[in-house]
Amino acid sequence: MNTSVDLCNVTLKNPVMTASGTFGSGAEYSEFVDLNKLGAVVTKGVANVPWEGNPTPRVAEVYGGMLNAVGLQNPGIDLFCRRDIPFLKQYDTKIIVNVCGHSTEEYVEVVKRLSEEPVDMLEINISCPNVKEGGIAFGQDPKAVEAITKEMKRHAKQPVIMKLSPNVTDIAEMARAAEAGGADALSLINTLTGMKIDIHKRSFVLANKTGGMSGPAIHPIAVRMVYQAARAVKIPIIGMGGIMNAEDAIEMILAGATAVSVGTANFINPQVTMEIIKGIEQYMEQYHVSDIRELIGAVP
Amino acid sequence: MSDKFKETVTVVEQKCIAADIYDLTLLTENIAEHARPGQFVSVYSNQADKILPRPISLCGIDKEKKTIRLVYRVTGAGTGTEEFSKLKKGDRISLLGPLGNGFTVEPGKRAFLIGGGIGVPPMLELAKSMKKSNEADFTVVMGYRNSDTFLLDEFQEQGISYVATEDGSVGTRGNVLDAIRENHLKAEVIYACGPTPMLRALKAYAKEQGMTCYISMEERMACGIGACLACVCRSTEKDAHSNVKNKRICKDGPVFLAEEVEL
Repeated sequence: MNTSVDLCNVTLKNPVMTASGTFGSGAEYSEFVDLNKLGAVVTKGVANVPWEGNPTPRVAEVYGGMLNAVGLQNPGIDLFCRRDIPFLKQYDTKIIVNVCGHSTEEYVEVVKRLSEEPVDMLEINISCPNVKEGGIAFGQDPKAVEAITKEMKRHAKQPVIMKLSPNVTDIAEMARAAEAGGADALSLINTLTGMKIDIHKRSFVLANKTGGMSGPAIHPIAVRMVYQAARAVKIPIIGMGGIMNAEDAIEMILAGATAVSVGTANFINPQVTMEIIKGIEQYMEQYHVSDIRELIGAVP
Repeated sequence: MSDKFKETVTVVEQKCIAADIYDLTLLTENIAEHARPGQFVSVYSNQADKILPRPISLCGIDKEKKTIRLVYRVTGAGTGTEEFSKLKKGDRISLLGPLGNGFTVEPGKRAFLIGGGIGVPPMLELAKSMKKSNEADFTVVMGYRNSDTFLLDEFQEQGISYVATEDGSVGTRGNVLDAIRENHLKAEVIYACGPTPMLRALKAYAKEQGMTCYISMEERMACGIGACLACVCRSTEKDAHSNVKNKRICKDGPVFLAEEVEL
C-alpha cells in the first residue's frame, strides 16, 4: 500500500500534516505523538520580528467549533531559526514554515532568511483574519494575491504554498490568482471570521471582538472550497478546515486535496493525527486502494 | 515519553457540596500518580458540539487510590460544567493531565494559603501536602461570598483557618486581606488562587510587606499544553520561550511569582 504523496517535488510519507497555529513547532505535541510519523509539520506563523499578539481572551467556544484571535503571536525569525528548526530537524518529517507579515517587505525578509535554512516548503499566510495590517488584507483581492505571490516566488528558494482565506466571494478566482503569480501549491481554508457576544455582560467574548472560526462546523465549507479550487487550478492543494478524523481527511482528498492539515482537532485529542493516519490506511485496505494518489480528486 | 496523559477515567463519586458547587472523584490510570498540588486537568465534554476541554484544578490527589478530586462551579445551563455535574458513579469521561506547573513550596517559610471563591479548591491539596510533608507552617485564609463555605471544614482539619465572607455571615466581613489584618496574621510567603482582583490586591500587599507571593492564574484555554498561545498573561520581563512579554498560563503556569506577571 502506498500512502506517500508528492507535493511540489517533496515526497511526504503520508498526506497528514498539522495546521499552522495549532501545533506550535511540534515541541509540545511531541509528548503525545511521534512526529516521525507525520507527513509534515506546518509551524505556527513566524514574522521578521517577535509579535505580542492580541489581548486575552483569545479563544471562545461556539457550537461545533471555536473562535480564535491569537493575533499571530510569535517569537520572531531569529529565535525560530535558532530553536524551532533545529528541534524539527531531529525528526524524519518534512518542515513547512508558515510565514506572516504586516507588509510585503516583512514577508520578503522572512522568506529570504529562510532560504538558507533546512526547511522543505514555505506556507505564506495571506489570510489571517486577526491582524489589522497584512494577513487577510493580501488575501481578499485577486490582484494583491497575484502580486504578493510573485514577490514570494522571486525571493524563495523553497516551494511556495499560498494559504488562502475563505472570507471571499469566489475562492476559484483567488486560487487562479495565486497560480498566476507562480504559487507551487495552495493551502485552504484559513478560518472564517466570526463573532461571539456574551449576553450577560452585553459585550464581546473575544478581546479582539472578531475571531477566526475553526472546528468541525466549518468542514463542509472547506470541502466545497477545496473542490472548487482544485477544479480551477493545476497546482496541488492542501486541504484543511475542521478535519476531526480519517473520514473528514479522506473527504478532503476526494474533493481534490493532495495533502491535509489537521488543526483544531489537536486541541480535542493531542493524538488525533496518529489516529487519522491509521484510519486512512484502514480505509485503503477496506476499499482495496493500493495507492492513495488514486483518491485525490476522485469524485466526479 | 511524557508525564501528561490522555485518559478515559471512571467516576467514583460525585456530590453537590454548595449551591452550584460539585465535588467529583475520578479513578485515573496515571494522572493521580504524576500529579502535584496546583496542577489542573483538561476535562472533555461528551457532546460533540462542545469541542474544547474545560480546565479544572485539582482539589485532591490520592496516589494510593489513584484518584483525583475536582471541585468546580457549574457556570450555567447547557454548559460543559453542567454536563459534568450530572456524572454518576461508574460513568466515564475523558481527561488530559496533569497539566501546568503546580505550587513549589519554599521550605521552612511560614505561609499563607489563600483561596477566593472557586479558587478555594486547589489550595486544599496544597494544605494537605504541606501538612503531611511538614515543609513549612501555614495559616489558611479563605474568602467566600456568603455562608456557603464549601471545603472549609476540611481546611480546618489541616490547620488554623480564617474566613472572610462578602456578606459577613461567617468570619470577617470583607475579603481575605481584611481577615489577615483583623486577625493580625503574619507570614513570609503567600500561595494563592482566586479572582484577578484578589490576586492583584495580594500582589500589592506582598510587595508592601516584603513577602514572596505565588499566584495561580486562569484564562480561557484551548490546547492546554502550551502550543496554541490562547491563554497567555502579560509578563513583566521578556519571556524566554515566547520572546515577548507573554507567558503561557497552561504551560509556564498556572502558578507564577506575582512579580513575574502583570495583573
